[in-house]
Amino acid sequence: MTDGEGADLISAVAADTRYVTLVKHRSRLGWWLSAIIFLTFLGYLMLIAFDKALLGLPLAGGVTSLGIPVGLGVILLAVALTAAYVTYANRHFDAAMAKILKDHGA
Amino acid sequence: MRATLIALTFPLILLPAPGFAAAFEGEAQRQPTNWVAIAMFVAFVGLTLWITKAAAARTRTASDFYTAGGGITGFQNGLAMAGDYMSAASFLGISAQIFNDGYDGLIYSTGFLVGWPILLFLMAERLRNLGRYTFADVASYRFAQPPVRSFAAISTLLVVSFYLIAQMVGAGQLIKLLFGLPYAVAVLIVGALMMLYVLFGGMRATTWVQIIKAVLLLGGASFMAFMVMAHVGFSFENLFTRAVEVKTDAALAKGVNGADAAEQGRSIMAPGNFIKDPVSAISFGLALMLGTAGLPHILMRFFTVPDAKEARKSVLWATGWIGYFYILTFIIGFGAIVLVGTQADYLDAEGALRGGGNMAAIHLAHAIGGNAFLGFISAVAFATILAVVAGLTLSGASAVSHDLYATVFRHGNATSADELRMSRLTTLALGALAVLLGLVFEKQNVAFMVSLAFALAASGNFPVLILSLLWSGCTTRGAACGGTIGLLTAFVLTLLSPAVWTNAFNLGTAPFPYSSAAIFSVPAGFMAIWLISLFDRSRRAEIDKAGYPAQRVRAETGIGAFAASDH
Repeated sequence: MTDGEGADLISAVAADTRYVTLVKHRSRLGWWLSAIIFLTFLGYLMLIAFDKALLGLPLAGGVTSLGIPVGLGVILLAVALTAAYVTYANRHFDAAMAKILKDHGA
Repeated sequence: MRATLIALTFPLILLPAPGFAAAFEGEAQRQPTNWVAIAMFVAFVGLTLWITKAAAARTRTASDFYTAGGGITGFQNGLAMAGDYMSAASFLGISAQIFNDGYDGLIYSTGFLVGWPILLFLMAERLRNLGRYTFADVASYRFAQPPVRSFAAISTLLVVSFYLIAQMVGAGQLIKLLFGLPYAVAVLIVGALMMLYVLFGGMRATTWVQIIKAVLLLGGASFMAFMVMAHVGFSFENLFTRAVEVKTDAALAKGVNGADAAEQGRSIMAPGNFIKDPVSAISFGLALMLGTAGLPHILMRFFTVPDAKEARKSVLWATGWIGYFYILTFIIGFGAIVLVGTQADYLDAEGALRGGGNMAAIHLAHAIGGNAFLGFISAVAFATILAVVAGLTLSGASAVSHDLYATVFRHGNATSADELRMSRLTTLALGALAVLLGLVFEKQNVAFMVSLAFALAASGNFPVLILSLLWSGCTTRGAACGGTIGLLTAFVLTLLSPAVWTNAFNLGTAPFPYSSAAIFSVPAGFMAIWLISLFDRSRRAEIDKAGYPAQRVRAETGIGAFAASDH
């Protein structure tokens, strides 16, 4: 679509080891975080499928059951991981990438 | 059977809580005309039409129409995404399910949220860097345009149509219930307003309708949750204790003996029959998570922000607001048990909710703030539906005008004015179609259509996007044919599943026993793309593979990304 534009720039950036390291690092982080949220949710569903009673267990002799903090915990984990990734990316990835692009005159 | 039905329908639009089924079958009592609600709704419509008029003056190019010129901020876009995603049914349906069964409602909420982080970690930035107007721009980036564009456009139209039908039918029923308007009038009002927003205001008006709706919904729900917590002294333990007491008393009143009644009361604190077999559980989880990351009207919102950084922020805001909203609905559902379940005024002779099962949050609004707040919440529910259908229609119109018309038929030679004209024609056609289908499906059980839309998005769009973005070996043929195989598998298996085969069409025991197709159709989509690409020896395949390294650099860096045209 925009193939004509910056072909030299693209091959120069692709050959830059800082770029290769940065992308590898960012991709790996993305896959790890995806795996964490995916497996957490799957584990939660498995718990519901196999051991409903466990989630119904009252906490500290009260009425609130174990399932409440677990369920709300899944929601909070999703928000927390999102926030962690965005903060990290804003702080580290953007600056590093901007520097690489600047060095190649982009 | 009920468990299967519920697991199957995880709808954004409406949950098949017992009373709700009644509403869908048209048995729900029409409510007396609520003038406060109508006045508040008219105020909302006035405001949004005024915004549409302002937006229309600035909607001159295709870029304005599709993406508001790309000048929306991450914060605004996050709110609009939340407005696109939080439907009237998430609000009414999930709180109603908690009112009835307690804990199970929380499982839906978690399912609806967990797709958002995955969308962020794997796709958001790359989407923004490569795309311009639709997700097809990204999916077809290095491929031959006609096959992949056609696949993406057809998939978009299918997902959007099923989603729209469910929304239109739900809207008609809900508005009949809340405002005392006839079903056909309600469907026509929704269709007409949605067309006005999209036709004249394009993405700019749609975005603001979604933002205003999100603010109203979050504000109203926050107030309700606050009042509930104030009632129980800001203690969750008190809230749950009172709710269990109410449920126990209700069981005792029905003549259940003491020990069993106590057990029934406590059952709201644990999962019920929501998920029975592990296969359905995994399948359900897959459809929710990966479907969210493949919904065309959500993906389209990534092109309204100026760059990848704002795209990333959009997801953070969207996830935060949606997560907050689900925690509110959880409190509202338990609050309804305590404040609505104990008031004879809100119950009929058998102890069921007056007006149908989905009325829990509506009655709670009345219990908390009287007629004025009831009117406010009813108007918010109406506004909510409008915002969702406007987003869907815009996405469908873009698929036709940008992907099919401009790229496939005109080979990229259409002018911005041509493309804009075609988008508006399509908007008119889609609006008319939505109203028509809404009327045709009035008496049908359409709850499965939302689950079908999610399964299609997870099995077709998601694998094509992931593999075209991240696998160098993916080819034109692999993406177009493999994606279609994923779509077809999801479509056929859903038709053969209990929700459609047994519940919607009464054909007896379903040939496909699980509640969601995703566990088979998502791998089918990935495998088909992989195998077909692997054995693709065409000349085009060489070009596709050779295009990957440059595409990857552009996706990761944003070199050559389409910039905002707004300023």
